[in-house]
Amino acid sequence: MLNIALPKGRLGEKVYNAFEKAGFECPSIKENSRKLIFENAEKGVRYFWVKPSDVSIYVERGVADVGVCGKDILEEYQPDVYELLDLKTGVCRMAVAAKKGFYDDGANTLKVATKFVRCAKEFYAKRGRDIDVIKLNGSIEIAPILGLSDVIVDIVETGTTLKENDLEVVETVFPISARLIANKASFKFKTAAIEKLIASVDTLE
Amino acid sequence: MSETMMTKTERASLSLRSLYKKYGYLPYKMSKFEAYDLYVRNKDFLHSDGIITFNDTDGKLLALKPDVTLSIIKNGSDETAVQKVYYDENVYRISGETKQFKELKQVGLECIGEIGAYETYETVALAAASLAEISPAFVLDISHLGVLSGVLAGANLGSQFTRELTKRLASKNLHETKTLCAQFGVDEKTTENICAVLQAYGDMQTVLKKLTPVCENEESKAALTELTALYNALKDSPWANNIRFDFSVVNDMKYYNGIVFKGFVDGVCEGVLSGGRYDGLIARMGRKANAIGFAVYLDLLESTFSRVGVKVDVDTLVLYNEGTPMELIIQTVEQKQSEGKSVRVQRSETALRFGEKVDLRK
Repeated sequence: MLNIALPKGRLGEKVYNAFEKAGFECPSIKENSRKLIFENAEKGVRYFWVKPSDVSIYVERGVADVGVCGKDILEEYQPDVYELLDLKTGVCRMAVAAKKGFYDDGANTLKVATKFVRCAKEFYAKRGRDIDVIKLNGSIEIAPILGLSDVIVDIVETGTTLKENDLEVVETVFPISARLIANKASFKFKTAAIEKLIASVDTLE
Repeated sequence: MSETMMTKTERASLSLRSLYKKYGYLPYKMSKFEAYDLYVRNKDFLHSDGIITFNDTDGKLLALKPDVTLSIIKNGSDETAVQKVYYDENVYRISGETKQFKELKQVGLECIGEIGAYETYETVALAAASLAEISPAFVLDISHLGVLSGVLAGANLGSQFTRELTKRLASKNLHETKTLCAQFGVDEKTTENICAVLQAYGDMQTVLKKLTPVCENEESKAALTELTALYNALKDSPWANNIRFDFSVVNDMKYYNGIVFKGFVDGVCEGVLSGGRYDGLIARMGRKANAIGFAVYLDLLESTFSRVGVKVDVDTLVLYNEGTPMELIIQTVEQKQSEGKSVRVQRSETALRFGEKVDLRK
């Protein structure tokens, strides 16, 4: 039995459709219900929906053998898992954004509001910039407008939200897309099944 | 202690110790504390920054041991030709996401001296035997650091590249390995070879075949020869199918060189055994010798297996109150115990799970 953790939401549904086409279907998942776990014993798969930022935890702890999660989560939490495939979907980027026309003269400590504390710290540590990290859990865009921070480090997809709030991207931290990850121990004991999953999804593109 | 009363960890620790003893390894008992200095000098080797420190009565800074290997090296001497020891110790490290101190149980062995093909084989075979003692469903992944450093040798790529590449190898991340090579301007041939190493995993013989065209210079050829010798020695062992080559096993090249390996047991979500050749560490500690060894992390087994199969906490629950004559309680307890049952006496029923209940309340 291959246990697959999918992120709740559009990305998860898209990836499930790909897995389904690849022969790992589980029809009950499409029935509209509040259930979170779906199993197809015949095909030897079990899917479960979890919060996107928790996928890596389920996989690292081995409850899920494989999972799908964004590169942002992998960079932020650095789970000890195999990152087997770039699914090239859910494409966006981690970026630094600020109020239009903002210029960092480097004279003061830079105030950075973000949900991704480690990513922000690492990015600025590499260039030796002194920063003050302000951890927020949502509506990050509001921080520079209200003067809570100078810049934000956040996920940018189309940039519409930024534009509407009079912000702009200053630079890209790293590109993001959905990745197929696997628990290291599970990979040893379910190599064939996981390889089959990878091969079939890989050829979809 | 009867077999049934032992926890999985206790049973494993007992059978592992007797296994190592059979191969002439001697027990090594270390003190709970060591001078803090020892660990600070080799901080990177410990994979953990957190060390519990405290002052001795004379003001010297001591540490609760976070590791056994360092002590064994420090306390051994180069005079004897070879030092073969095993240990069964608790170590103290920061562990997990909560970043709290944890007591971890480690059983392992070290072989320090002149290490040749036989010593390497013996250590790897003992690692496999250790895993087999824990569970028949196990995998031992073996890697050789010389293969990668051989492949990289000609390209002159610097330590930042190696560090980044090692991270990607460890997570079998082929797509980002390619981007990294492109970023650093690695030539096509070397990129191809790096990717081939990353993708070569599984059955020993198959991997050796895949690696032959990749290993072109002296260093990687020597590594391949060593792996081939290991394969020839292991191919007829009962665990030949459990032992695989996999180059995602990477350890810090400052300390480790040559063969490194990691063991997995079905049902445990992370590696339970880790080891390898660590001449680098020995050299840093000022000794002239080779060394190879491994450790088994037994506490990982406890969390996975301990809850299985336990249905009752006690066989017999005896209830009494003020009116129950004491002689009757004693008599009942003794009788039940003579039947080989465990007996618990208390005043009222609790959440405790029991096999049978004897109510002596009046």
